[in-house]
Amino acid sequence: MSFFEIENLSLSFGGVKAVDDASFAMEKGEVFTIVGPNGAGKSTIFNMISSFYAPSHGTIRFKGADITDARADEIARIGIARTFQNIELFEHSTVLQNLLIGREIHNRLPVLRQLFFDPGVRRAELAHRRKVEDVIDFLELAHYRDERIANLPYGVRKKIELGRALCVEPELLLLDEPASGLNPEETEDMGFWIDDIKNDLGISVLMIEHDMSLVNEVSDRVMALNNGRVIAEGSAQEVQNHPDVVAAYLGGAA
Amino acid sequence: MRVLFKTDYNQDIKFAKHSGYVFWYALLLAAVFLAPAVLDTYWVNELTRVLIYALAGLGLMVVTGFTGQVSLGHAAFMAIGAYTHAFLLTQGVPFIFSLPIAALTSGVVGLMIAIPASRMTGLYLTIASLAFAIVVEDVVIHWESVTGGNRGMVVDPPALFGYEIFEAWEYYYVVLVLLIMAIALVLNILRSPLGRSMLAVRDSEVSAQSLGIRVARTKVLAFLLSAMITGLAGGLFAHFIQFLSPETFGILLSIQLLLMIVVGGLGTVHGAIFGAFLIGLLEASISILKDLLPPAIGTQPGLEPGLFGLILVLFIIFEPEGVYGRWVKFRTFLESFPFYRRNTFKRQRSYLKTERMR
Ligand SMILES: Nc1ncnc2c1ncn2[C@@H]1O[C@H](COP(=O)(O)OP(=O)(O)OP(=O)(O)O)[C@@H](O)[C@H]1O
Ligand SMILES: [Mg+2]
Repeated sequence: MSFFEIENLSLSFGGVKAVDDASFAMEKGEVFTIVGPNGAGKSTIFNMISSFYAPSHGTIRFKGADITDARADEIARIGIARTFQNIELFEHSTVLQNLLIGREIHNRLPVLRQLFFDPGVRRAELAHRRKVEDVIDFLELAHYRDERIANLPYGVRKKIELGRALCVEPELLLLDEPASGLNPEETEDMGFWIDDIKNDLGISVLMIEHDMSLVNEVSDRVMALNNGRVIAEGSAQEVQNHPDVVAAYLGGAA
Repeated sequence: MRVLFKTDYNQDIKFAKHSGYVFWYALLLAAVFLAPAVLDTYWVNELTRVLIYALAGLGLMVVTGFTGQVSLGHAAFMAIGAYTHAFLLTQGVPFIFSLPIAALTSGVVGLMIAIPASRMTGLYLTIASLAFAIVVEDVVIHWESVTGGNRGMVVDPPALFGYEIFEAWEYYYVVLVLLIMAIALVLNILRSPLGRSMLAVRDSEVSAQSLGIRVARTKVLAFLLSAMITGLAGGLFAHFIQFLSPETFGILLSIQLLLMIVVGGLGTVHGAIFGAFLIGLLEASISILKDLLPPAIGTQPGLEPGLFGLILVLFIIFEPEGVYGRWVKFRTFLESFPFYRRNTFKRQRSYLKTERMR
């Protein structure tokens, strides 16, 4: 039994087979990266894991349990957090509020107590705040704590979205193109953080990424996807040199 | 420029973020508490009306400003609150029980509406809320044994512990205290997980879900709380106007409430309060304007709703953050002078993905 696996996953949009009989398995503590040209079906796999889309075939298993039919809002509770390719932050809220929303699954206080904000609620809020501050320290976000998202540049937003996912304290983190839109220094930082997330926080990472320098740096294993199908799997080097992968990126059919 | 040195996480939980706030809010509080001492009955009444609007707007703010569900039928919750309260009073239920029961009744109806409505989005929800308001109006017209139908219904002055409240200033205090309590409640919502989930649902449903927020549940809760607060305002309004008839709670009032929170500033408690004062002012100006305009225009029946609608549209296009948003910008400008960056508040459109303050 693997830590996380998808088996024969398929999904079509109209006539387009976005994901076609894709399978892979990853182990705990790994950074597993999915690469592939635009439209290969990478984000669609993430959206099926998040239960935003229901696969037409196949199963998704996390720590042995079938989570294919879990509701979208149960995925975080199960232990899987994610970021989005087109940053999905809460634009009108501050950085701090965004990160606190990441604590949602750890809230257990009844609504009535929240309405009266009794001392227990305050204690819980302070505990969440300390957790959030750990993440702020970890990602060096202190400077932006009280800024509204709408006022922040793209690179910072990417970091905040990563931070928000960390506030969930997941066991598995899904990162959809963490380096897209970042400059080379920011990309390098992202690499360090992903390493730290794996080594210091002990969180396994499933990542989609186009930037090959980052992929090479952080990935334990890489899988290539084209037209919804898995065309290669192995080390970053093996996958990049695989003839089908080269062909796919050159625009030829796999 | 004010630099806040934070020494305690409690500082971010407090209602007043720094001593400046404490001073101004204390001043405001003193002003509203002393107002009846210096104002004559007419103005005390006008102020009471504004406070009741503020309460109703606060309710609408929870559902529209916080979760982004635009309701064009909130006057119906005022109607439910008002008629329930007035009816219970005629049955001999004392004011202090009747008012909360009225709010609760409105909340329960809100809950029943919210469960199907939480699956709708945007315009569909708005249309559904409008339809709901029309149904409520019909029920009020036809359920004569309770509501008096088109003949209307007289509302007796409230009595607190056997003491009848006749004076305008006495009632003003009743309304003021309840408004302050409601504001505290809403501020508590905002600083706890529930309020954060509401704002999350408004700004991005997908990421809210991916963080474990139950979107439908959050929307339903917002509707329930919203309907309760607006229903409470309805109950208070009943005594204020002393006579209920179906057209009191028509579409115009719903538009007015929506206008209030949009003009005031969506998504903030300030917005609801500001908005109520501005609408109070606007109403007064329109009635003055009516006298000044040539009768052919001044007596047009659609003048008020037309003007309200126009202002609503203009605000949505040009100042979507309302007067409160404008004020925050101005204050930031003053505080950071001369370092103000022109585009501090400019949205970076190119990155904008989730502009969904519907
Ligand atoms: N909601 C949708 N409705 C219709 N078609 C979709 C939808 N989502 C994705 N697709 C299609 O499915 C295919 C795979 O899309 P996907 O977003 O998974 O690609 P990707 O590998 O993430 O690409 P990129 O690198 O550009 O992000 C594409 O052809 C896309 O147009
Ligand atoms: Mg993608």
